[in-house]
Amino acid sequence: MTKPVWTDSLTKRYGDVTAVDELNLTIEQGEVYGFLGPNGAGKTTTLRMLLGLITPTSGGVRLYGKDSTTRGHLDPVGALIEGPAFYPYLSGRENLRVLAHHAGITTNRVSVVLDEVELTERAGDKYSTYSLGMKQRLGIAAASLKDPALLILDEPTNGLDPAGMADMRGLLRKLGAQGRTVLLSSHLLGEVQQICDRVGVLSRGALVAERPVGELGAGGRLVVVTAQPAIAHTRLVAAYGDDTVRRHDDVLELDVDESDAAKINADLVGAGIDVSELRWRRPNLEEVFFSLTGGNHAA
Amino acid sequence: MLLSNIRAELAKALRRPANWLLLAVAVTLSLTFAYLIPYAGYAGGTAAPPNSDLGLPGMLPPAYVGNAIAGMPVFAGALAVILGVLVVGTEYTATTWKTVLAQGPSRATVYASKLATIAVATLAMTLVLAGVSAGASALVAAVENQPLDWPPLTEQLAGIGAGWLVALMWASFGALLAVVFRGVALPVGLGLVWLLAVQNLLAGIAAPLVDWIADLQLGLPGPNAGSLVAALGAGTDTPGVATTVGGGQAALVVAAYLVAFAVSGGWLLSRTDLD
Repeated sequence: MTKPVWTDSLTKRYGDVTAVDELNLTIEQGEVYGFLGPNGAGKTTTLRMLLGLITPTSGGVRLYGKDSTTRGHLDPVGALIEGPAFYPYLSGRENLRVLAHHAGITTNRVSVVLDEVELTERAGDKYSTYSLGMKQRLGIAAASLKDPALLILDEPTNGLDPAGMADMRGLLRKLGAQGRTVLLSSHLLGEVQQICDRVGVLSRGALVAERPVGELGAGGRLVVVTAQPAIAHTRLVAAYGDDTVRRHDDVLELDVDESDAAKINADLVGAGIDVSELRWRRPNLEEVFFSLTGGNHAA
Repeated sequence: MLLSNIRAELAKALRRPANWLLLAVAVTLSLTFAYLIPYAGYAGGTAAPPNSDLGLPGMLPPAYVGNAIAGMPVFAGALAVILGVLVVGTEYTATTWKTVLAQGPSRATVYASKLATIAVATLAMTLVLAGVSAGASALVAAVENQPLDWPPLTEQLAGIGAGWLVALMWASFGALLAVVFRGVALPVGLGLVWLLAVQNLLAGIAAPLVDWIADLQLGLPGPNAGSLVAALGAGTDTPGVATTVGGGQAALVVAAYLVAFAVSGGWLLSRTDLD
C-alpha cells in the first residue's frame, strides 16, 4: 500500500458528465509514468483529485499510502497542475520563498531549484515579466522545491515553442534520472515516448490501456514516395497483397515489417522505379488510440 | 506549519501594491474628513451644523481616538472589506490555490494564516490611522495654541481595540465573500454595495418606516459597528456612526460576526473544489 500513486475506482462526475470513470491506477517507485490522453480525457481532473484539490465522487486515492485527509499526505509530492500560476507582483525568487514558507521548509532550496531550471539570472525579475517558457520552468522549480520523491506534472510543455519544449523535456529527463517517481500528463505521444517508462492511456475518463512505453506506438507503416506510383503500386500489390499496400497520389504506404524496407527498396529500384523517399512512419496519437481501443474510444 | 504559512501570507500582503494603496486611501480620507475640511471650515469661520462635533474641540488631542476610528463602520470598513477580498480572492483570480496547496499545507492552515494576516494588516491600519490622527490633532493644538491633553491610556487602547475589531470584522466579511464568489471583482462590488448602499438605505429609509427593520438593525453588523465606535468617542455626525445600541452589546455582536464570518469562510473553503 506504499505505492507512490494508487487509485481505487476513482470517479468524478459533474452532473450527468463523468469526467473520470472508475480509474484504477498504480505507479511504482522510481517509475516515470506517462498519463496520455487527448484534451478533455480527464487527466487534469485525475491529477487534481490526487492532490486533494477536488473531491472524488467515489473511489479512493492514496499517495505513498496516505489519503488526502491524512496530515502531511503531500509532503513527498511536488506538482505542477494545468500550467504555472504565481503571484505576478513578486519576483521568481520571492514566489519560491513564499512557497517554501507554505511548505514549511527552509528557503535554502530556492537557489538550488532556480539553478536546476536555469532561472537564476532572472530570479530577481517580477514574474509578470517572464516568458511562457520561463513561467513553465518556474513551475517545475516550485514542484521540485521540497525535493519530492514524487513529481506530478500536468502538460509541462503546453504552449512552448519547439526549442522550449526540447529544453523542458531535457529538464524532465534529468528530474526522472534523479530516482524520483514522475507522473507526467500529456497529450503528446512523442513527448511521452521520449521521457516515460510506462504509459497509461486515458480516454473519456477511463484508462483504456496501460503498457511499457516501448510497446506504445510500436509498428507503423513503410512510406514509399516515387515518381511512378502506379507501376510501383501494381508491383507491390503483386508481391505483398492488396490489403498491405495503400496508395495516396504518389505516396504508397505498406503494412510490412520495418526489416522489409531494404528489400522493397531494392525490388523497386531493380525494376527501374525511382524511389525518392523511403521512411518508416510511426503511428500518431489518433492511430495509437484507434489501435488500443479498437475505435471505441477514438481521440 | 501555521507560523510559516503566516509568514508566507505576510510576505505576499507586504509586497502587494494594492494593500499599500488601500492604506494610503484610508489615511487620506481620515485626514481629509476629520481634520482638513473641519479645520478649513473652522479657520474660514463657517458655522458648524447644530448637531456637529466639527468645531475646534473635535480636532484636538482629546478627540483623536474617536476621529481615528470614526470611519471604521463605513469608509475604512469598505477598505477593510477590499483588503479581505484581496487576501483571499487573488488566490482564485491568479489560480494560485493549486500552487499553494500543492506544497502541502491544509486548506484550514492556509485560511487561518490568511485570517492572521488580515488581523495584522487591520491592526496596522488602525494604528496608522490613530498615529496620523494623533499627529494631526497635535498639529491643530499647536497651531491654535491649545494644550496637548491626551485621553487616558485605557481610553486610547479601548478605542484602538474597538476600531481594530470593527476593521477585522469587515475584512473577514470580505474574505468570506471571496470564498463564496471565488474571485475578487464580484465580492468587492457586493461588499461595497452592502456597506455603502444597503446599510444606509436600511438605516435612513427602511428602519424609520418599518418596525421589524428597525428591530433588525439592532442585530446587523453595520449599526453595531457604528454603535461601538460611537461609544468610544467617534462623532455621531460621521456616516454609519450612531448610538443604536450600547457599547457592550455592540462589541459582542461585532465579535460574533467576526467569528461567524471567519468560521463560515473556512468551512466553505474546505468543502469546495478548487481550480
